[in-house]
Amino acid sequence: MDILYKIFIEPFVFMGEAPDLLIQTLWEGLVSGILYALIALGFVLIFKASGVFNFAQGIMVVFSALILVGLYEQGVPALLALLLTGGAMLILALTVERVVLRPLVNQPDIILFMATFGLTYFLIGFGELIFGGSPKEMITSELYLPQGTTEVEMLGGFVRFQHLDIAATVIASIMIGLLAVFFSKTRIGRALRAVADSHKAALSVGISLNQIWVIVWFAAGIVALVAGIMWGARAGVSFSLQIIALKALPVLILGGFTSIPGAIIGGLIIGIGEKLGEFYWGPLVGGGIETWLAYVIALLFLLYRPQGLFGEKIIERI
Amino acid sequence: MSFRKLSLGLAVATLVGGATLPAFAQDSVYVPLFTYRTGPFAGSGIPIADGMHDYLQMLNERDGGIGGVKLVLEECETGYDTKKGVECYEAVKGKNPVIVNPWSTGITLPLIPRASVDKIPILSMAYGLSASARGDIFPWVFNPPATYWDGLSMIVKYIGEKEGGLEKLKGKKIGFLHLDAAFGKEPVPLLQELAKQYGFEVALYPVAAQDMQNQSSQWLSVRRDRPDYMIMWGWGAMNGAAVKEAVRSGYPMDKFYSVWWPGEDDARAGGAGAKGFKMLNWHAVGTDYPALKDIQKHVVDKGLSKAPKDKVGELLYNRGVYNSLLIAEGIAQAQTVTGKKVVTGEDVRRGMENIKLDPARLKELGLEGFTDPMALTCTDHNSHSPAFMQEWDGSKWVKISEPIKPMTEQVRAQLDAAAKDYADKNPGWPKRSERCDNQS
Repeated sequence: MDILYKIFIEPFVFMGEAPDLLIQTLWEGLVSGILYALIALGFVLIFKASGVFNFAQGIMVVFSALILVGLYEQGVPALLALLLTGGAMLILALTVERVVLRPLVNQPDIILFMATFGLTYFLIGFGELIFGGSPKEMITSELYLPQGTTEVEMLGGFVRFQHLDIAATVIASIMIGLLAVFFSKTRIGRALRAVADSHKAALSVGISLNQIWVIVWFAAGIVALVAGIMWGARAGVSFSLQIIALKALPVLILGGFTSIPGAIIGGLIIGIGEKLGEFYWGPLVGGGIETWLAYVIALLFLLYRPQGLFGEKIIERI
Repeated sequence: MSFRKLSLGLAVATLVGGATLPAFAQDSVYVPLFTYRTGPFAGSGIPIADGMHDYLQMLNERDGGIGGVKLVLEECETGYDTKKGVECYEAVKGKNPVIVNPWSTGITLPLIPRASVDKIPILSMAYGLSASARGDIFPWVFNPPATYWDGLSMIVKYIGEKEGGLEKLKGKKIGFLHLDAAFGKEPVPLLQELAKQYGFEVALYPVAAQDMQNQSSQWLSVRRDRPDYMIMWGWGAMNGAAVKEAVRSGYPMDKFYSVWWPGEDDARAGGAGAKGFKMLNWHAVGTDYPALKDIQKHVVDKGLSKAPKDKVGELLYNRGVYNSLLIAEGIAQAQTVTGKKVVTGEDVRRGMENIKLDPARLKELGLEGFTDPMALTCTDHNSHSPAFMQEWDGSKWVKISEPIKPMTEQVRAQLDAAAKDYADKNPGWPKRSERCDNQS
């Protein structure tokens, strides 16, 4: 009975006793969730356009952040470095399209997936060769990102809001909104959706697959850059950041691989869910549950919606 | 170029490359250095690798090696990955290494049973299996100058003294933020034992390797539990991220302690708020020592080092230097006890048991005042030397305590029990039959 009490009653009693901590946990989960959503969005964009699960999305987060910091260290002003990093992501998109995707057109999806594995390890090695393996500090203040903390007294306690987290949430939300509008309201966005529905049909109406691939890889690169800046500002820029990107996997399982709203809602559910789980139920098993809890949450959702929250329900008649 | 030509070219290049691999002449000894300059732990691994390499390279450049015998140095990249580390070991063991230093507790553990079979001593400097300090049970493993258990006991002792005595820890809560891996878990049993003994409470905060830079949950829990003190057992990117999170969450930095692994970059990550963060250390920072000056002159200035000039003398660089000091002393002592110039792994095992870094020897080596004296024997492969507490003042480490001796009485019983337990759990664990030149 004691264990049932600890699982089903005690955490909720504690939530009531210390509501400020509950708010703080929800806030931390929200910030993480938005950033997970941003990373997941990079995966979704590429998957929608090419049916490829881009394993390299995680290293693209690190790579873009390293380019930005590396350029700044070489004396390039921060904002110019930001623009040049965007340019570098465009070059990466062009190169990937020309060297990886185009030669593999019409190959099975698994081949393209394995190609992104290769791209990952190339970018790791190339990045380490150029920038070295040492962690670097993100140029937070140089990019005019706010720092500092605001403590708000509420509910008999206080909640601490990092200005950087607020900025990350706002910027990521704007970014997600812009991308959603871009891909739903513009000509290129409609072309992307056409490509996602059928490559052959898209080709038959004159849509250039190569152009679309460059655009989505570039968009995914920009998403990676924003994610890299935000995570880098929170925890430093190092190659271990790419592992955080794997947190996008349960987000994708939950939200579906083809849905932008799915990535957003999935990110929030995973972010908030893992923080609540770790904080209120983690101590029951000695802590450290958030690594796998995200997958449990995703799998639980899958029991009811196998296609993910917003994934396309595929019904094939036989 | 056709695929066939390309393949042929690659095959030829491989053969030519193979022919130019380091040749181990009869008048040299082979010292592999397990390092990690890549991967999530490279931030800690790079300065250590540089320090290790540069000290031994300096001996080659300045003295022509040790006792007139050149050192053949070869790095093997482990990425702090146990599997890769074992592969490195398998790759180097055929080249007759005189010693292996795995630079990872995870890699050290599977190598321990192999050491006595392959006759290759293992140096796990202040990491690895604490119980391997018992030279009578682990004759091939050396972990000077202090074990993790020594380190933990020193931190608890220091905190106790701050409180006015260890008995004042009763009712206090100590948080333990640790990497959720063999290394981070190593001191947990002792911490729990000390908690029982002195009546304090322990709150564990494991950090999975994949969440090293995503520690907000752990620090939320810290805010919930309100530990009076925090002790960190971290490595790589975890340390810098933890310092940042501690600052972000408003944890009082003067109550935040670490074992000896954070470097300057980790403390800098916390910005001005990191002031007051404390850690154990047992050697100096800086280059104001003749041996360090020689490294600059003979290695760094000649472009033979991978270290940026401004990183020479930083904490983890000097940690690498200390590691190589032990390797070099092991080889030098092996030459003395055997009378041979070109020594083997078996000889260096004997040499390690004869290391005696007294003030005179440290002065002779150009490291006077660099570290406290220490000595190893056949039974004591650790020395259980004291360490001191240092504090981050916002720009550099400042020594803030006299040497703190480990709580030997409490640690010894645990260590003996763990060593016996290890031998019992490994059927056929050999009874020591190796020669001993230094019983005392």
